[in-house]
Amino acid sequence: MNLVDVILGDFFWRAMLGGLGIALVAGPLGCFVVWRRMAYFGDTLAHSALLGVALGFLFHLPLNLGIALTCVGLALVLVVLARNRSLATDTLLGILAHSALAIGLVTLSFMPDVRVDLNAYLFGDLLAMTRRDLMWIYGGVVVVLGLLFRLWRGLLMSTIHEELARVEGVPVERLRLTLMLMFSLVIAIAMKIVGVLLITALLIIPAATARRLASSPERMVVLAVVAGLVAVTGGLTLSWEVDSPAGPSIVVTAFALFLLVYALVRRQRL
Amino acid sequence: MTEPLIRLDDVTVTFQGSPAVDRVSLTLCRGDIVTVIGPNGAGKTTLIKAITGLQPISGGTLWRQPDLRIGYVPQRLDLQPTLPLTVKRFMALTGKPQSEYQTALAETGVAHLLDASVHHLSGGELQRLLLARALARQPDLLALDEPAQGVDINGQAALYELIRSLRDRLHCGVIMISHDLHLVMAATDRVICLNQHVCCSGYPEDISRDPAFVDVFGRPVAESLAVYHHQHTHQHNLHGDIIRPATAGQAPADHHPDACAHEPR
Repeated sequence: MNLVDVILGDFFWRAMLGGLGIALVAGPLGCFVVWRRMAYFGDTLAHSALLGVALGFLFHLPLNLGIALTCVGLALVLVVLARNRSLATDTLLGILAHSALAIGLVTLSFMPDVRVDLNAYLFGDLLAMTRRDLMWIYGGVVVVLGLLFRLWRGLLMSTIHEELARVEGVPVERLRLTLMLMFSLVIAIAMKIVGVLLITALLIIPAATARRLASSPERMVVLAVVAGLVAVTGGLTLSWEVDSPAGPSIVVTAFALFLLVYALVRRQRL
Repeated sequence: MTEPLIRLDDVTVTFQGSPAVDRVSLTLCRGDIVTVIGPNGAGKTTLIKAITGLQPISGGTLWRQPDLRIGYVPQRLDLQPTLPLTVKRFMALTGKPQSEYQTALAETGVAHLLDASVHHLSGGELQRLLLARALARQPDLLALDEPAQGVDINGQAALYELIRSLRDRLHCGVIMISHDLHLVMAATDRVICLNQHVCCSGYPEDISRDPAFVDVFGRPVAESLAVYHHQHTHQHNLHGDIIRPATAGQAPADHHPDACAHEPR
């Protein structure tokens, strides 16, 4: 008990625990982002998170809830608009991503009572992590990992080939929606760590690093988690040693690991 | 014994007001092999997707036997190279034990590829893998969208032969799309010539003489098919003369299409 208090009482270790928790869910979800070519989609959701912050302040909601609700709302809008197909998906995402970000910034500027450290939301403020934040993160980790474990076969099958999955009775639409909800949840809890602008990096870079080493989807997920854990540990240590900003340091470490793996490991046959 | 698996009554699928499939009626029973042919844009793939339930229909009725298990081979399998996947893992995703899916792989002749990556398979191997995957689910109905694409010409004949033998062994129904008119004619029970609507349908021997078929495919194609089928009823000697079997009287010469290339003029 004493030890737990010592660890949780230290801001550095709180930051470390929070970062490691995010890496646990960013690994598997990042793999789906890479497999399903959803990088831009993830970016759009992340950008809209700032709008969520503004709405949270406006309606006096807990910020995590505001962000999660905004992400979910945006994901649903995207699904509906994408069905119309009057605009290409990437155009649509581009419009929504930056409009959501801009509306969020404008809304925040109209709230003079609210002193918002914009930097913290854009690039993360990991070292200000509270015990309450940690509870949010590990609650999210349990929910997301539990869902992924239960729905794994259907999710994987509908990622490999959607029509084949549908003929085989996989509830493709419902799984897609579940996946989007999981993204929204992870973005809401990860924003604190790396900020709006760098969340996608934490999803994609470890997964891309793992691809070089993996021979099966499951192994890729495990390796992506490992790469994420290394990035968080390395980034925070770097930040501690040379006093660099924590979120960007994590992304820089992830990128360095990616370069290292691609330089050293020969292309897999699988 | 002829247990119907699917029944279509005036099934119509429209895209933005124009029909892609126009009032198609058809019944497919267990043990049938039905081949859908037709020009590009005739609605063949749309029809198969309607049958598998992938494409909602806009009109008519489509009845499927309750709990009908469909083995589907899609026209294209675009695999993301970012997703590492071996043949074994892909087959295991059917949820069947390895002993079962290994049999299916052996049946389609790709058992040796068990540990290969799906990203390195040739077009023909991929088609056989997809067929094996459909088989592993022990389907009542096989729905194959151009199963022989990317397969070389010898492989194509073998593949159609395989499909026929699978039908015999599994006693399932088969509906497939094909462009390889010559090869498929020999391996099918019934042909549907689709051009949005069913322009003609029937037994392979009859259909190539149908005026509607000639309209869609043109005379040269229809004639070349007619030649092909008449090879079953007579043989040629080295000089190209027809050798009439002893029972020649039952196959009067006037049934021979007048444009048969071998017919002495």
